[in-house]
Amino acid sequence: MADEETRRERLEEGVPAASATAGPQIGVDEWVARSAERRGGRGGRLGVVEARLRTVPWWAWLTLFVAIVAALPVGFESGYVRRVAFDTVIFMLLALGLNVVVGWGGLLDLGYVAFYGVGAYTYAILSADRYDLHLPVFVSIPAAAVVGGLVGLLVGLPSRRLVGDYLAIVTLFFFQIFLTVSNNSDSIFGEDRAGGPNGILNVEPLSLFGRELPVSTEGIFNVAYLYVALAFFVVVFVALRLANASRTGRAWRSLREDPLAAELMGMPVNWLKLTAFAFGAAVAALTGTLVTALNGSVFPQTFEFPLLITVYTMVILGGAGSQAGVVIGAIGISVLLELLREPGDSRFLFYVLSVLALVGTLRFSRRLAIVLGGTLALGFVVHSLAGAIDGSWTAGAARDGGRLGEWATQWVVVPSSLASWVTPVSYIGLVAAVLTLTLLRGRLRLALLVPTLYLAAFVWENVMLAKPEPTRFVVLGAILIAVMVARPEGVLGEKRVEIV
Amino acid sequence: MSAPAAELLELRGVSMAFGGLSVVDRLDLDVRAGEIVSVIGPNGAGKTTLFNLVTGIYRPTAGKIRFEGQSIVGLEPHQITRRGIARTFQTLRLFLNMTVRENVMAAAYGHTKAGVFRAILRTPGQRREERAIRELAERRLAFFGERLMGYRWDQPAYSLSYANRRRLEIARATATNPRLLLLDEPAAGMNPVETHEITELIGKLRTEGGYTILVIEHDMHVVEGISDRVIALDHGVKIAEGSFDAVATDPRVVEAYLGTKAAERK
Repeated sequence: MADEETRRERLEEGVPAASATAGPQIGVDEWVARSAERRGGRGGRLGVVEARLRTVPWWAWLTLFVAIVAALPVGFESGYVRRVAFDTVIFMLLALGLNVVVGWGGLLDLGYVAFYGVGAYTYAILSADRYDLHLPVFVSIPAAAVVGGLVGLLVGLPSRRLVGDYLAIVTLFFFQIFLTVSNNSDSIFGEDRAGGPNGILNVEPLSLFGRELPVSTEGIFNVAYLYVALAFFVVVFVALRLANASRTGRAWRSLREDPLAAELMGMPVNWLKLTAFAFGAAVAALTGTLVTALNGSVFPQTFEFPLLITVYTMVILGGAGSQAGVVIGAIGISVLLELLREPGDSRFLFYVLSVLALVGTLRFSRRLAIVLGGTLALGFVVHSLAGAIDGSWTAGAARDGGRLGEWATQWVVVPSSLASWVTPVSYIGLVAAVLTLTLLRGRLRLALLVPTLYLAAFVWENVMLAKPEPTRFVVLGAILIAVMVARPEGVLGEKRVEIV
Repeated sequence: MSAPAAELLELRGVSMAFGGLSVVDRLDLDVRAGEIVSVIGPNGAGKTTLFNLVTGIYRPTAGKIRFEGQSIVGLEPHQITRRGIARTFQTLRLFLNMTVRENVMAAAYGHTKAGVFRAILRTPGQRREERAIRELAERRLAFFGERLMGYRWDQPAYSLSYANRRRLEIARATATNPRLLLLDEPAAGMNPVETHEITELIGKLRTEGGYTILVIEHDMHVVEGISDRVIALDHGVKIAEGSFDAVATDPRVVEAYLGTKAAERK
């Protein structure tokens, strides 16, 4: 009852006084219009907190967020943490830029990473010993962003009449051109322009107000780079936010929703596509300058497909169209990929995420207890049986120990040496079991879930942890699938509705 | 030829063919400023194609289209909209995942100027213009009275009821500041009460909004209630033109709708 009242109060907040007296009659326009509130609203205290949080303005969130990131180096002395924070901010910038094209413009731009490369190369050419230009950063960085934007315009020009798949193919082609040109830049018309696969070396680090910022001092990452990146992030975030709230931003989103209607409401759709492209490209190029300044070099290999896919994953997971969403997506993926490098951390992630996923799907119910208990029990039984048959079957050591690793080897069968057929059989078996799970319902599903979980733990300990590099991307893919199934609009994305 | 100033829209011998299929055939049509003209005809008569020709989605295979005395053939649709022709769609085409207010604000693009860099720098001029756009949108929405009022303006357009989506489309079209409004079946899918409201609303659009209106409609009550003039099309050819009573009883119109037998019986 009390729950119902708070709920109604919440509903009435922000509703003009006239209609606040009683709920609208079922079926009338107003009732239809409020359907989202009725479904989406949470009751009780949680609902009140949620409603309060919604009233916090965006710049307050931004300030809080920037303050936290800026305080990171104070809490963590290690250069590693600083470097990861820097990389994460770079990903945040890239995701923000892609969000303009994909999230607002609704254009599938598969050449995005090439613009990042254009910015990186432009900065390198303007600041490396190779051409001996050594322009000050206040010139070279904006110049790189402008060049990136112009290249974006040029690429957009032939594709301005294209939509959907056709546009994607043209941009993909451009990406390939970029890779080919940069890889062969040691012999463009017979001359070495940008080093080809050897890249451009000896790029100057950033220098602000006449002081050069060394990349690291005594081997520790110079925190100034993190702050510069963070400043770029704030500028880009605010600029794009203002752009989005303006006439142009509305036109971009109209274009995403319905290009024909946008054109007929007086918006020059072809031109708007170009500007969306150019804006995304300029942000990517801007980001490229920072990375090049930090690395002191630029190589074509940096701008390969996995990077494109990673940035897309960030935007889609976080929620295309929402700036806060894509930033969260960037942080999540970047930190995740970093944690997965370390077997100890990734083991922790694996078990925690597995349990969380179970809780998320089964809730706190008897079924959850059955599945968890069953899996644990099954593990101990299998483990002791295997140990009884042959001691070496359970004698393997956990990779990169830690307490969790020790516990895991008490439960999961980890042989001291693995027969060569075990790896493929267990891996393929796991994939088959998961696929079968999606076809089953009810008790059968629960029954199969228990051995599948145990098999997953076995594969994780014996197969996946042995190869951390591919494992990172396999786990990323699994998380992507899980999130897309649970929340197709991404973590903070606006729900896309099509009326049929 | 009558006085050129009075003709807002002028079609002369306009034809449209897709391959060998002729959809509109040598059509002459005039809309004078301040008029409400209805276009009727059975399905496939070429009514929506007529709208697509006027708004520049299609380029006519032959003929002239003049708006306020100037040819608009070959212009891009957004340029035609800027000249003062706006339309709604038979199958609603709202920007569903934008708010109600933004749907209307977006349509002010054509007659506003502030570029994206001015928006980023938030220049005083840009802020003034943005306020003006917002006020314009709210005025256009307020035109529909209670139906589209208040807090609903911040809701996504998809959350509106069907009838309200139709109203929102009209509001959005008027935000382009048109002189001529093309309404494609504004009463389609509405219940009798809503149909009646739409009839009144179209009258109000002319008297209070000052728009000249060309409307496609199937509902004869609506057509009868609003039209100064009715034009009947069949197979892309104009078969009758005149007052509602004259057109509704025209044997060719009856034949087009009901077949030869029915026309003979009359």
